[in-house]
Amino acid sequence: MHKYMPHTHEDVKAMLEKIGVKDLDALFAEIPKELMHRDMDLPRSMSELELYDHFDKLTSQNKPLIPFMGAGAYDHYTPSVIRHLIERQEFLTAYTPYQPEISQGTLQYIFEYQSMITQLTGMDVSNASMYDGATATAEAMFMACGQRRTDKILVSKTVNPNVIDVVKTYAKYRGLEVVMIEEDAGQTSLASLQSLMCKDYAGVIVQSPNVYGIIEDYTGFSEVISEHKGLFIINQDPSTLTHLKTPASWGADIAVGEAQSLGVPLSYGGPYIGYMATTKKYMRKMPGRICGVTKDKDGKRAFVLTLQAREQHIRRDKANSNICSNQSLLALFVTIYMSIMGKKGVYEAQKISFNHAHYLEEKLLELPTFERIFDRPFFKEFTLKTSLDVKLLNETLKDKGYLGPLPLVTFDQSKQGLVTFAVTEKRTKAQIDDFVHIIGGLK
Amino acid sequence: MYYDKLIFEISTKDRKGYSLPESTIKNYDLPDTLLRPDCPGLPEVSELDVVRHYTNVSFKNFGIEKGFYPLGSCTMKYNPKINQDIANLPGFANLHPYQPLDTVQGSLHVYYETQRMLSEISGLDTFTLNSYAGAHGELVGLMIMKAYHESRGDTKRTKVIVPDSAHGTNPASATVAGLESVEVKSNLDGTVNVNDLKHVLDDTIAGIMLTNPNTLGMFEKDILEIAKLVHQAGGLLYYDGANLNPLLGMVRPGDMGFDIMHINLHKTFSTPHGGGGPGSGPVGVTKALKPFLPKPVVKKEKDGYTLDGATDLTIGQISHFYGNMGVVIKAYTYLLTIGKNNLSDIAKFSTLNANYIKESLKDDYLLPFKGICKHEFVFDGLIDKSTHVTTLDVAKRLLDFDMHPPTVYFPLIVKEAIMIEPPENESKQTIDKFIEVMKQIAKEAKEDPDLVKGAPYNTVVKRLDEALAARKPVVKYKDLLDEA
Repeated sequence: MHKYMPHTHEDVKAMLEKIGVKDLDALFAEIPKELMHRDMDLPRSMSELELYDHFDKLTSQNKPLIPFMGAGAYDHYTPSVIRHLIERQEFLTAYTPYQPEISQGTLQYIFEYQSMITQLTGMDVSNASMYDGATATAEAMFMACGQRRTDKILVSKTVNPNVIDVVKTYAKYRGLEVVMIEEDAGQTSLASLQSLMCKDYAGVIVQSPNVYGIIEDYTGFSEVISEHKGLFIINQDPSTLTHLKTPASWGADIAVGEAQSLGVPLSYGGPYIGYMATTKKYMRKMPGRICGVTKDKDGKRAFVLTLQAREQHIRRDKANSNICSNQSLLALFVTIYMSIMGKKGVYEAQKISFNHAHYLEEKLLELPTFERIFDRPFFKEFTLKTSLDVKLLNETLKDKGYLGPLPLVTFDQSKQGLVTFAVTEKRTKAQIDDFVHIIGGLK
Repeated sequence: MYYDKLIFEISTKDRKGYSLPESTIKNYDLPDTLLRPDCPGLPEVSELDVVRHYTNVSFKNFGIEKGFYPLGSCTMKYNPKINQDIANLPGFANLHPYQPLDTVQGSLHVYYETQRMLSEISGLDTFTLNSYAGAHGELVGLMIMKAYHESRGDTKRTKVIVPDSAHGTNPASATVAGLESVEVKSNLDGTVNVNDLKHVLDDTIAGIMLTNPNTLGMFEKDILEIAKLVHQAGGLLYYDGANLNPLLGMVRPGDMGFDIMHINLHKTFSTPHGGGGPGSGPVGVTKALKPFLPKPVVKKEKDGYTLDGATDLTIGQISHFYGNMGVVIKAYTYLLTIGKNNLSDIAKFSTLNANYIKESLKDDYLLPFKGICKHEFVFDGLIDKSTHVTTLDVAKRLLDFDMHPPTVYFPLIVKEAIMIEPPENESKQTIDKFIEVMKQIAKEAKEDPDLVKGAPYNTVVKRLDEALAARKPVVKYKDLLDEA
């Protein structure tokens, strides 16, 4: 008997009798005999004590480093209460809110989540979340192409390369064409956009802060895009939106991005959470779940999944997206993060990240081995050119317990010597000084 | 007392719930043209405000630890506590995805071993764990199917066969992968009609998507013949892993002839559903399809694991990093807890539970297909249709007895479908109680139909006006304020 399966010998006997078969194997009689019971190379079951021992050994083969890198995953502070609250069984073990009368908890926090995402982005309506920022961006492309009934999209070269790759994979199989907009000294080139944009393109995808960490200036963008009836899609780290101009104010039609930066642990790349928000005009074209307010039959306020006619379980092959659920528990995570940190806390954490990143940049530029290549504003992530051997730099930092900067050459051979640092509020002045001191010892 | 507040409605100016260290670094500035003029309207609440608010919000939900949750096709099994503890270990949770390989060997071992064990269990050559959910796995699997045909210059194959009993995600995934779905009618028991299948098989068929056991819980007995026919026609077989639970340790999709499959770790391998995510939808393939796996691919080499196992034929990147590693760790812990020696008990006891409920309730609820089911089965509403008590009414009445209703009105081929899936963790006592309640509801439907039609009575809210929500969308707090 296993602790997860409560059937006693007596139970099994009584149940088989009711069914009218002689043994458990008789329940599988219709399966072709030659297919049954193949041998499998699996370990025998472990007790809890053995498991803890096993995982002690495994985690000793991991060595968490102190990150000075972001590249889509940011080491922000996670208040203790979040873990305790999201692990309440009522949230953790429930499934999707198909029975609203006993799912008001899930539906309410989705409503709160949507409210907060619209506050950050300035958009009219948010969905209940998506798998990650990259797939959310690809879904935004589908939404634009579906709306405009064209099969081409423009994507800026300054978007994170992994996001571009995911967009390209999704585009390729759907039969869509991705055309790249050139960059101009670290930011999406307006001139390139102007020369490319025409009615053949369903829309334009840009990112801010971009792959270099630069805060892009979209002055003039929405005019060019809307002139050709395209949709303007801005991918933005939502934590920066406590400070920066909103996608809505730049004239975005769809705002998407990775919301991991709202306190979600790094967890070696996932689970994270993509967000998507749009205008009233395109609300009925948005993929994913949307929660709305209604009344019960006594007139009491209640929450319910709404506008479901958009979704795959109704539209099947006519649906514009196959997304079934959302990233619900992570939506709860960031909702609690934005509540506990609140109006001032999210702002302050980002302001400290901003200041500390600028301090690090200043200190690095005092070294003879670093130079600035872009003269543009950045937020908590920035790119410099180094004369150091980047491999040696990162090996040295690793030995001291730090995760060094991202070498952009990983994605693009032409970017020799370019390295991107990220700093959050978790990096203290002492850590930054130590980090710079170690780098300063290298030639 | 019913707690009705939104977090915004308990917000009080200047209250705070956080603490941050004081920074000694000076202030830097940004040009005003890049700054927003206002502050986003996030709540201002104390720590206890937040804790109490979300605790009260949680009371309005029903979870597996509260009671029986026989939601068909969703495999709502117990989510072991230890899985959570392991995934939270700092050695796993605090790793940046771009850490050097020699600092993440423990996590890569979990990834590699999980995909290896899934391969053993499913009879397929290898798996990617990069896909985030079942529907995402379907999309990735179909991309691989398409890439395989295209790599052979076989570009005519643009259609995927999907039975009318399939999950809605199947045809939607086909569309998103740029394939056209062809619906085939099922037999009465939801199995594939082999004769009909023969008619649609030609050189435009890329493959077929099947769930086995199907959405009515019936095992596809002709699977070997179906596989032979599809393969002879040059197509591939895709296995929707939603219903894998009753096959664990008994029979493997790979041995049945399937070429591609996805597994829902949040169904079969006990990771929490989380109210609708995060899930994880690993995709398995045969050896011939291995070169098409999405990148990165974890590879085992002499001196450790690497991430560069992808080939030039890869379908590309389908996730920003490596999928939901935090979820994979939980499934891995579960696999070790169950072990080879207990695996087939999952199949046997979930199947035993389902058949026991079916036989116990078939005099009250209409059983459209006789015979042994696997881990789930479908009733077509109450036998006595004269009461006009519908499946929806029965489901709502169940809420009053602190039980989660089964899946209703799915699959679409059964008009008044009630789809019941009692996982292996559920004891005879729990199931007997469910049977008793279901019989009572059937009795109430005869004696006092209005009682059932007015349900639920014991929930925090009563039946909702869903049309109102769609007609006048109020989708954020500000809409509520504007309305008032």
